[in-house]
Amino acid sequence: MKPFLGFDYVVAAIFFLFAATLLTGSVIAVRSSRIIHSVCGLAIGSVGLAGLYYFLNSPFLALMEILIYIGAVCITVIFAIMLSETDEVGEADLVGSKPNASVSDSPFPLAVEPVEKPSRLLQAGALLVSTLVFAGLSFVGLQNTWGTPTGRVGADSVEEVGKALLTTHSLSFELISVVLLLAIVGSLVLARLGRTHA
Amino acid sequence: MNLLTLHSSLETYLVLAACLFAIGLYGFVRRRTLIGMLIAGEIIFASASLNVMAFNRFLAPDASNGTIFVLFIMGLAAAEVAIALSIIIAVYRNYRSIKTRDLSELKG
Repeated sequence: MKPFLGFDYVVAAIFFLFAATLLTGSVIAVRSSRIIHSVCGLAIGSVGLAGLYYFLNSPFLALMEILIYIGAVCITVIFAIMLSETDEVGEADLVGSKPNASVSDSPFPLAVEPVEKPSRLLQAGALLVSTLVFAGLSFVGLQNTWGTPTGRVGADSVEEVGKALLTTHSLSFELISVVLLLAIVGSLVLARLGRTHA
Repeated sequence: MNLLTLHSSLETYLVLAACLFAIGLYGFVRRRTLIGMLIAGEIIFASASLNVMAFNRFLAPDASNGTIFVLFIMGLAAAEVAIALSIIIAVYRNYRSIKTRDLSELKG
């Protein structure tokens, strides 16, 4: 029973689009030399991850992913970058500019502070380690035979999530609100430390 | 393996999450600034969430547990980002830099 001809192809294409968005965004987030680009990569990757959550039967979580990651985390990181940006630009830009000169000269003061690229050895080591980790995790995931659940209780709906949050998981719910409150107060205190009126 | 039914098999999501974790690990090792490392850490969080949701969708008997777990992960990640960014701002105010190489001073 399909709504129209070629429905499966459309669904598979959308799935691959989201997966590709997720991986591309993440690669941009870790590879780009400007930090602001890597925040954009994180936002793109969050869109892809939200799509995958939708495929995993949880539209609520997809919405939360977009709200929290793109709406809150990325914006906060961008604010922090505007307050203290340091780019990882290449050595070509290092020529003719002292590391501290650009801080005071540039009109957007903290945007261009050159720093040496990570060495080739470090890059190769990082690539090797992450490839090994990827191969190992994929091997474990693929060669194991995962069982199927005998039966499922409850639907994955927002109503069920709300009920479970206030009954089964009420203690964790209260604890995480305390954690968030402490995070708000703590970050205010930390960011204010050492500020003077000068 | 059929490309059309790939989105409804557990292994696809496991491989995607493993790839995401590897990307995050690569960024964590390679990055030289605190904000870059923070972003790589966020990617690692995302891979863990994707793994949990995949297991919840295909293997768990209770459907809403995974959603709530991932919501808690998101809340903790948001709290962590807020704290880490305020620490980064405080560090920048003291050192005028957020490169990890420059932060080599201990007090005491």
